[in-house]
Amino acid sequence: MSLPEIEHREHYLNINYGIRSWLLTTDHKRIAWLYLLSVTFFFFIGGLFATFVRLELMTPQGDLVQAETYNKLFTMHGVTMVFFFLIPGIPAVLGNFLVPMMIGARDLAFPRLNLASWYIFILGGAFTLTAAAAGGVDTGWTFYTPYSSIYSNTHVALTVVGVFITGFSSILTGLNFIVTIHKMRAPGLTWFRLPLFIWAHYATSIIFILGTPVIAITLVLVGLERIFRLGIFDPALGGDPVLFQHLFWFYSHPAVYIMVLPAMGVVSELIACFSRKRIFGYTVVAFASLAIAVIGFLVWGHHMFVSGQSVHAGMIFSFLSFLVAIPSAIKVFNWTATLYKGSVSYDAPMLYALGFIGLFTIGGLTGLFLATLGIDVHVHDTYFVVAHFHYIMVGGSVMGYLGGIHFWWPKMTGRTYPEGWARLAALIIFIGFHLTFFPQFVLGYIGMPRRYHVYPPEFQVLNVMSTAGASILAVGYLLPLVYLIWSLRYGTVAGANPWGARGLEWQTPSPPPTTNFDTPPVVTEGAYAYEKDPEEIYTVRKPAHV
Amino acid sequence: MSKVEAFRAHHFTDLDQQHAASWIGMWVFLATEVMFFGGMFACYTVYRFWYAEAFASASNHLDVWLGAINTVVLIGSSFTMALAVYNAETGRRKPLIHFLLLTIVLGLVFLGIKFYEYHTKFEEHLVPGSSFQYEGPLARQAEIFFSLYFAMTGMHAVHMIIGIGLLAALVFKARRGRFSALYHTPVELTGLYWHFVDIVWIFLFPLLYLLGRHL
Amino acid sequence: MNLGFPLFPEQASTMAPRVDALFYFLVAVTSFFVALIFVTIVFFAVKYRRRGENERPAPIEGNFWLEVIWSVIPLGLTMIMFVWGAVIYFDMYNPPDDALEISIVGRQWMWKAQHPEGQSEINELHVPLGQSVKLTMTSEDVIHDFFLPAFRVKQDVLPGRYTTLWFEATKAGEYPLYCAEYCGTQHSGMIGRIVVLEPAEFQKWLSGGATGMSMADLGESLFQRFGCHTCHRGAGTPQGPALTGLFGKTVKLEGGATAIVDEDYIRESIIDPRAKIVAGYQPIMPTFKGLISEEGLLQLIAYIKSLSMPERAQSKK
Repeated sequence: MSLPEIEHREHYLNINYGIRSWLLTTDHKRIAWLYLLSVTFFFFIGGLFATFVRLELMTPQGDLVQAETYNKLFTMHGVTMVFFFLIPGIPAVLGNFLVPMMIGARDLAFPRLNLASWYIFILGGAFTLTAAAAGGVDTGWTFYTPYSSIYSNTHVALTVVGVFITGFSSILTGLNFIVTIHKMRAPGLTWFRLPLFIWAHYATSIIFILGTPVIAITLVLVGLERIFRLGIFDPALGGDPVLFQHLFWFYSHPAVYIMVLPAMGVVSELIACFSRKRIFGYTVVAFASLAIAVIGFLVWGHHMFVSGQSVHAGMIFSFLSFLVAIPSAIKVFNWTATLYKGSVSYDAPMLYALGFIGLFTIGGLTGLFLATLGIDVHVHDTYFVVAHFHYIMVGGSVMGYLGGIHFWWPKMTGRTYPEGWARLAALIIFIGFHLTFFPQFVLGYIGMPRRYHVYPPEFQVLNVMSTAGASILAVGYLLPLVYLIWSLRYGTVAGANPWGARGLEWQTPSPPPTTNFDTPPVVTEGAYAYEKDPEEIYTVRKPAHV
Repeated sequence: MSKVEAFRAHHFTDLDQQHAASWIGMWVFLATEVMFFGGMFACYTVYRFWYAEAFASASNHLDVWLGAINTVVLIGSSFTMALAVYNAETGRRKPLIHFLLLTIVLGLVFLGIKFYEYHTKFEEHLVPGSSFQYEGPLARQAEIFFSLYFAMTGMHAVHMIIGIGLLAALVFKARRGRFSALYHTPVELTGLYWHFVDIVWIFLFPLLYLLGRHL
Repeated sequence: MNLGFPLFPEQASTMAPRVDALFYFLVAVTSFFVALIFVTIVFFAVKYRRRGENERPAPIEGNFWLEVIWSVIPLGLTMIMFVWGAVIYFDMYNPPDDALEISIVGRQWMWKAQHPEGQSEINELHVPLGQSVKLTMTSEDVIHDFFLPAFRVKQDVLPGRYTTLWFEATKAGEYPLYCAEYCGTQHSGMIGRIVVLEPAEFQKWLSGGATGMSMADLGESLFQRFGCHTCHRGAGTPQGPALTGLFGKTVKLEGGATAIVDEDYIRESIIDPRAKIVAGYQPIMPTFKGLISEEGLLQLIAYIKSLSMPERAQSKK
């Protein structure tokens, strides 16, 4: 049926209409939608840049765009995707929507700060898009000095100001999550009864809080160096460009865990629901999230093995980098073990979750190649690295994001999406992804450096494969855009718990009322108690008219 | 009790929860500030270790007396801030406002002295960039010292300006009777922030002003 | 098998087979675990597929020993990778003592090489087969990276500092050289080739383009031209320490610290003389920053090195 049935009951979407009720909202669920629209916009902008990059790389010569343009394209692709899609991505959309609901709270601890964080995000995005429109920036998303601070003739200062501003959005989100999780859990909801999605977001928030300020100040220093010619990284003054790299990667390595931990949190929820079982080794998985966040702060030098850093530092960072891989491996084994003697269904969210595990396993294992000193010397700054991080970020984070969007779509909208199309899209994405990025491992080992506009002809066949895969991937991403929007009007109306999941968010109507719970639920069981009925677990009084 | 309930935001179950959340929130924010300044302290540490002589020489160009006066002024302002918080806790409106204003005044004194120092540095051609002039072969490394000096004290000054803005907002609210013994969280939190900014200066002063100092 | 594209680069150095062996090991371990996970997931997903809406699987909390096993085994494997990789890395950073030393200066967007005998090359480097070669490299502007995939080595090339890279070629032929640190507009054009010649061919090539002046000779003429000899001559003067036999030694500095006289130390002393002053001397040496090019600095260093190894300086002529 269509809209009227949902309109009967008051919920967070229909309680107020009009642009002001959205732009001045403090409801975490509406703010999640504001973020959803924004990050989707940036995802497709970043994808557009990538499209041009892959088109240019179909031929060895630089026949589509000039070198300077190409350098701007890959830089803007990186900046947009990293800072405006992957880092906010799951936490700002799914985290904002679900964290209060999963713990039985009415909102986050600081709703106005939450809204402020979105405006800050938009402001930062505006600066960066202005820089792009004004001609772009060509330093690579890593802004290495002295190229970025002295030599580049592009809009570096404008871009770093944009990224700097957006960083505060991350910090506020992390701050909100930490305080909320500490202080606003429903009665009976002890730490070890929390869903793993919450553990994942807690660990991510630690990184938001401790890491983001460091890149903020680093970018400030680069900006000051460009604008006022302060010479902190200028080798002509005795400044050290490698110091910039240390400061940059001190954040940017933990940042990749910001990108993947929330996706892992989503995957835990999906695997549990679609196997109808608790996650195997729940406590271990929870601690593994924390371990990844903590150890993740100690490995940044593995981006700098050939930078001129000392050999001893290299050894220490290599050792620690292997250590950080272990908790991730443990999670993969635990997810797999959850399927054992479960009741497995193949709904689209589950396909995304299983796809995540497969792609993340490959991506994570190729990280071991990079942690291995002797191999990294050869593959550093080649397409091997590009393949590795795309496996994790696209094969990992984006799959987790899409799986989560599909899973909680009925809760967020009160509608279901067309399952057939969703499964098809998941399959197309999985296949397109492999075709795009697996050849890049080969390209890297045979010696194609990254950020190359033109390349020797022997690299062409693999590049063509990669571009072909990218075109398939693009179709896979456009499909959900179409059918999810379609479902808003024509999708079947969803009930409170269409998946039969456990978790407090499913004990409210779909879409939920603005205050989530009329009375705070009392929790007496751990998460994922799939062997029991929901009524046995929660004492939530449902509103009378549902 | 209902007058107090008016201060409780709708999503908290009680005032205690709201207060506890606000406290943790401010401490987490201060942790981010530690990391933010920490990046600059890390740069400072590296270059100080490498260019000890240049840093000592450049440090002697700073006016240690003005720096010392500023240190006393800022510590004094933390004292007046603590008194403001005390009066907020005990519900004394007038002393609260007075001590807030005193803290603002001391903060402005600090900023005034700071900008005077910047002005003299500008006149002495010690601002990094094209107009930088420094005697002797250590000039380039001294320029790095001054880059860090301006970046670190400048960022500190920005935080002071924000702090003064917060204090001014508190004065307005206090005058309207917003705070009482039962509810004065914004005063407490601003106090925490102000003390933090003070502590940053207490690190900056010796590291920037007192290197190789021949008094 | 001709796929139309290469799967592996050529193995043209002593390091290449070592790196490839470790690579194969990781490929094997990776493939094993990927296969294990993929197969297990598919197997479980099929075997335990949902057969009815009301299925209620029994809860399984976990298994302590499984957690231990699948933590310890990966840890053990990763430690093997770590040690193996670290040993190779350590060897990559420890060139043999008898390496042929060549200087490299990188700049946007070209590579300049200079042989000790004086030959310079642009975007090309001729080296002898079976002889270890050590490159001392610096940049005139931004960070670059000297990458030789066939030799499995690369090293960032930094402004204001020297970095080194060494290899021993095992196969004659031509191999690609790439810049592997993004350096601006023509980054992908900053490529060249390494030409590995049989020793006899290499000698022929050397004498073919010889200018008659080795790097040390060029350095000596700079030494005279810039007046270095006025303070640094013979057994030293009250103004400046002797340079004969100095390279590689440890010197005591004013303030008590010590320093090893290596390439970076000499470069710094010329550009920034007051940074490290030898104990007992006054800080009166003028700076030559901006007056001598990076190539010139490398030539001066070659000259000063030759003062420590007179027999070697002779044999290179």
